[in-house]
Order: sequence, then C-alpha cells, then structure tokens
Amino acid sequence: MDPKQKKILQRVGASTVLFLILLFLPIQGTGKLLLFLIPYGIAGWDVLWKAVRNIAHGQVFDENFLMCVATVGAFGIGEYPEAVAVMLFYQLGELFQSRAVSRSRQSIAALMDIRPDYANLEEEGSLRRVDPEEVQVGDTIAVRPGEKIPLDGTVLEGSSSVNTSALTGEPLPRDANPGDEVLSGCINLTGLLHIRVSRPFEESTVSKILELVENSAAKKAKTEAFITRFARWYTPAVVIGALLLAAVPPLLFSGGWSDWIQRALIFLVISCPCALVLSVPLSFFGGIGGASRRGILIKGGNYLEALAKVETVVFDKTGTLTKGTFHVTAIHPEQMPEQKLLELAALAESYSEHPISRSLREACQTEPDRSAVSDVQEISGRGVRVRIGGKLVSVGNLKLMEQEGVCGKKCSLTGTIVHVAVDGSYMGHIVISDEVKEDAAEAVAGLKRIGIRSTVLLTGDAKEVGEEVAARLGIDEVHSELLPAGKVEQVERLMERKTGNGRLAFVGDGINDAPVLARADIGIAMGGLGSDAAIEAADIVLMDDRPSKIPEAVGIARRTLRIARQNIVFALGVKFAILTLGALGLANMWEAVFADVGVSVLAVLNASRALKTGGGSSDS
Amino acid sequence: MRKKIKLTDLDCAACAAKMEDAVRKIPGVNSASVSFLTQKLTLDADDGRFDEILKQAECACKKVEPDCMLER
Repeated sequence: MDPKQKKILQRVGASTVLFLILLFLPIQGTGKLLLFLIPYGIAGWDVLWKAVRNIAHGQVFDENFLMCVATVGAFGIGEYPEAVAVMLFYQLGELFQSRAVSRSRQSIAALMDIRPDYANLEEEGSLRRVDPEEVQVGDTIAVRPGEKIPLDGTVLEGSSSVNTSALTGEPLPRDANPGDEVLSGCINLTGLLHIRVSRPFEESTVSKILELVENSAAKKAKTEAFITRFARWYTPAVVIGALLLAAVPPLLFSGGWSDWIQRALIFLVISCPCALVLSVPLSFFGGIGGASRRGILIKGGNYLEALAKVETVVFDKTGTLTKGTFHVTAIHPEQMPEQKLLELAALAESYSEHPISRSLREACQTEPDRSAVSDVQEISGRGVRVRIGGKLVSVGNLKLMEQEGVCGKKCSLTGTIVHVAVDGSYMGHIVISDEVKEDAAEAVAGLKRIGIRSTVLLTGDAKEVGEEVAARLGIDEVHSELLPAGKVEQVERLMERKTGNGRLAFVGDGINDAPVLARADIGIAMGGLGSDAAIEAADIVLMDDRPSKIPEAVGIARRTLRIARQNIVFALGVKFAILTLGALGLANMWEAVFADVGVSVLAVLNASRALKTGGGSSDS
Repeated sequence: MRKKIKLTDLDCAACAAKMEDAVRKIPGVNSASVSFLTQKLTLDADDGRFDEILKQAECACKKVEPDCMLER
C-alpha cells in the first residue's frame, strides 16, 4: 500500500469510529448536524476540495463534484448518517479500487519482468558490472549460471542451457554452444557463457518485446472505445435525470420534496461510469499480458478483439507448418545397398551448396572424400554429372535421367526426388522432403475444435507437396505453386468469402510474406525470436515456432472478450436496476453506494482474471 | 515526433478518457492516447512545436485532474 492509500485508510478508519459512536448518541437538531459534519469532514475533505477546484475548471460532471452534491444534499434533507456513510463508502471503495488496479498493474509488470538490470562487461580479462545500455556492439560479456542474458549476441566460449520461457512460454531449456545465437531475456542455467554482443540494447529482443507490450495499451479495442463513448453521455444523462426527478414530480403532484430529492441523490451516487471505463481496458491489458507470458505477443486490444472473431485461418507452408529444413526421408535403391546409394549421391553433390546437397551430406554422416570427384559438370535445373573413380555418375531429376538415356522410376512419395545413374544404368532414387512440425496437426485439430470454420494452406511449392501436407494435417483447402503476389490475391479472395463478423488470420514466418501479413485482418508471424521483419510486419507475433500457439491465442482472446463483456453487462445491469428502483423509491443510498463502488471493485477483480492464462485454451 | 510521458497521480479511469479527448483537440496533435493502466500519455505531435504542445497538453490534463503531473 502506498503512503497516499495509507493516509486515506487512516482517515476512513478514524471517521468510521467517530461515526459509529455518534450513531448511538441521543442528540437531535443542529447539534446532531454539527457533530455528524466532523466524521464527514475527516473522510471527505479532499473530495470537497477537488470538487470546488474542478468546478472552477468547468468540469461539471466530475465524480468528486457529484459525490459532494449527493452528500450535501443528504445533509440538506436531514439524512445525516446516510450522508456520512455515502462519503465513507465512496472513499473506501475508491481505496479498494485503486488497490485492485495497482495490484493487477504490478502483476502485469511482474509478467513482463524480463528487463535485465546489468551486464558483466569483459575488459582485458576482468569483469565490470555495467548498465546494459552502455554495452556496445562487438563487446564481450560474461553471463554466469542463474543470470539473465542482458543483450543479444553469439556465444564465443562455454556451453550451457538457457531458459527461454520468459520469451516463449516454452518450459524446455535450449542448448547454447559456441557459435549459437542467444537472445536477451533468457536465463542462463548451467554454465558460464562468454557472448559477443550483436545488437545494442535498444534494438535487443527484450527492448522490442517490452516496447511492443507497452504500446499495445495505446491501440484500443472497439469495445473499449464504445465504453468511453458511452460514459460520455451516461453521466450527463443520469445527472439530468436526477434534476428532473427532484423537480418535476413535486411540482406536478405537489409536496414530498425531500422524498423526491432523496431519489434524485441516489441517481447522483451512481452516475460515475468509472467501473466500466476501468474494467474493460483492464481486461484487455490483462489478456495481452497473460498472452505474452505464453510467448504470444499481441500488438493491441484491437487485434485481440479481432482474434476472438477469427473464422478463417490461412497458413503459409514452409517455415510455418513445416520446419523449412530439408531431410532425406526415403531411399529407394535398385542395385546397391541404401547407404551406398546415399554416399554416392552425396559425393557427387559434394561441390554444391544447394540445400538439397547439404541434406544429402547430413544424412550420410560421413564427410565425403572430395578428391575422388573430378570433371564436375553442373546441368542447370537438372542436376550434376561427375566422374568418380573412372565411372560417370549422374545425380539429378527425371529430366537428367532422360538426357542420359536412363529409364528413371517414378516415386509414389512426394518431395524432391534425386535420381542416381552410374555409367548409364539406373541405381535408384532418394526422397528429400521438408519435415512437418510436430505440433502442426495438433494446431489444425485445435482450431477445428474451437470452431474455426476453415483452414487454408498457401504454398509456392509443387501441387503434390502442398496437397500431401494439407491431407496429412487435415487442412480444408490448398492453393499451390503461388508466387508472393498470388498469395495476396488468394487472401483477398478469401476475405471476400467470409461472413459479416468473421475475421481472417494469416500465419506466416514473416520472411517474405509481409504484404500478405499486412493484407489479412490479423497477421500472425511465427518464430519472432530474432526476426525484426516479423515483429515489424505482424499484428501478433508467436515467439517460438509452434503453430499450436494459434488455437491457444484464440482461446485467450475469446476469454478476454468474454470477461470484458461480463463486466459491461454486470456493471450496466446493476446500475440500471438501482436507477429504476431509486426512481420508484425502492432503493436507498446504501444500495446506491454499492452499485457505484461495489460494482467497480467486483469488475476490477473479474478483469484481473484475464491475466491468468493457465496454459490451456479450453479454460472457461 | 512521438513521445511517451508518464503521468503521476492519475486517479480515475474516466478522467483518463477525458484527458485523451482534450489532448486530441489541441492543434498540431496527430494522435494522443492516455492509458490509465500504464499511467502513460502517448503523444504524437508536430516536431517543431512539440514542447509548446506538450505544455498545452499538461494544461489540458490539469483541467481534468488538478493533482495529475506530467513527468518529463
């Protein structure tokens, strides 16, 4: 509790004690009024003071002013205890509200507690503790086990495992060995690491994430804008209602002034829209904070809102649903053992840096002896022809086999097929394909489970490859052999097809699909770790490479929106109920105070639930 | 120019909304947003007159909530 809150609590306490004593004293008349003014003053002098100052500034519909009119009015009609009680409850409620808000603000801050405090700069063999902002690119820093990695960089020396959960929500630690890139915000777990800094602190991953989450509060959701607009007419309307209620019935039906004034005062007590104006952004902020804890960065309340309404999810293939790395997935030899065929192909391709050649070498595991290879002849778009130990070896696609006059076999598998022929006779082929991510199928199934209407796959790859992946993962629709511009076209076509309130999300790896990310209602970039372009172009960034975070993100968005709606319905419902009852003379000041501050506190508590993301998307 | 300014003693959410409105109406302000939760004013205004606009913004905020201070 901060000093300001403590002071108010003390005043409320003193005032309450005095108030309770006065309730049991048998006094009447002016003496009673004067005595009750003491606890009233103790509890509410600052409210009165603020009201006076705000009136001077022309702020008529200020909550302090309204509260003063309500309580002074209660004194005026002789309801002294009620006047004091309303002020007491108002102050107590405000106190609770500010406590609840600062608590949830703190818990969000704690979630985002990834900012490193210091860096151990290495200088001529000794370490100096400095502010991370002072470290320059190219400097070397040391990170001990248990310390936060302060800046992005490359490991020079030392091996360790690092905990990335603050960035990705991923509990499994990653290995860090010399040559590996490590990111700021991760925690070094086991060994001492020496790191060469690659980016200044302002551009480090940690700074980017913090800035992004802080800025998200500035991009307000529609629901929030609606509430702010609503609040703008709610207060004046209720105040005018109060005036009419105080003046019209007594004039029309004569008599009973104090009864109608009391009803009008009830209106004034509940005229402040704070509960609404507060709880809605708080829910969104909580949802964004909770999501970031799970490695899902959402750039604003508006995107969270859109995400809750997603009905179509469009995936890019390579790097999004697949790992984007090529591996040998099958070897079909004709006349020699599998390993021999693989070695032969790898040897023939040993002078090439093409990803396919690299994956052949990787699969072989032994370093090929390049000196055995001579007369290397690359045949563009087809493959290579080389001489190995006096034999002519051709490695490439079917077209190359035709050119060599060899009858190659077609393969039933999809992927890139590498055929091998030696001295004009067919030796077999090797299938190389991109691996589908482990959780890709789970991601698509998860989206189906939460009611996403359609999933679409867009790829620049061959038709068979696209269709095979889509079928394997259960994706509804595939469009293959697309150029980047074609992807934009497809997304535009899909956007036209969606229903009124539905939204379309495009998921890409952020490398060359920036235009598509921008065109879709929501652009989701995968693998934001270390990729500036992705963080820049997308509305939502998934910090790790896992597509299964998408259904989870939708779950968090829906839950947040549900909480925000609950608060709106609850706060408005109670207020309108008390307004109606008050107008009919069925509610008293006490109930009105509850409708004002009690509702605020409950709404804030409910909103802080949005923070708790738990780890499941099925949370209610 | 775009700048984030911390607000201290911003006590009421409805006031934050009113401040946002008031600041947006100042000539030269491209966009403004007041977040009650982060207690921050994000102000995007003309480069040349930024300081002057910031002063006006402070005035506008004080009109809504006299105790509220802009930290620079």
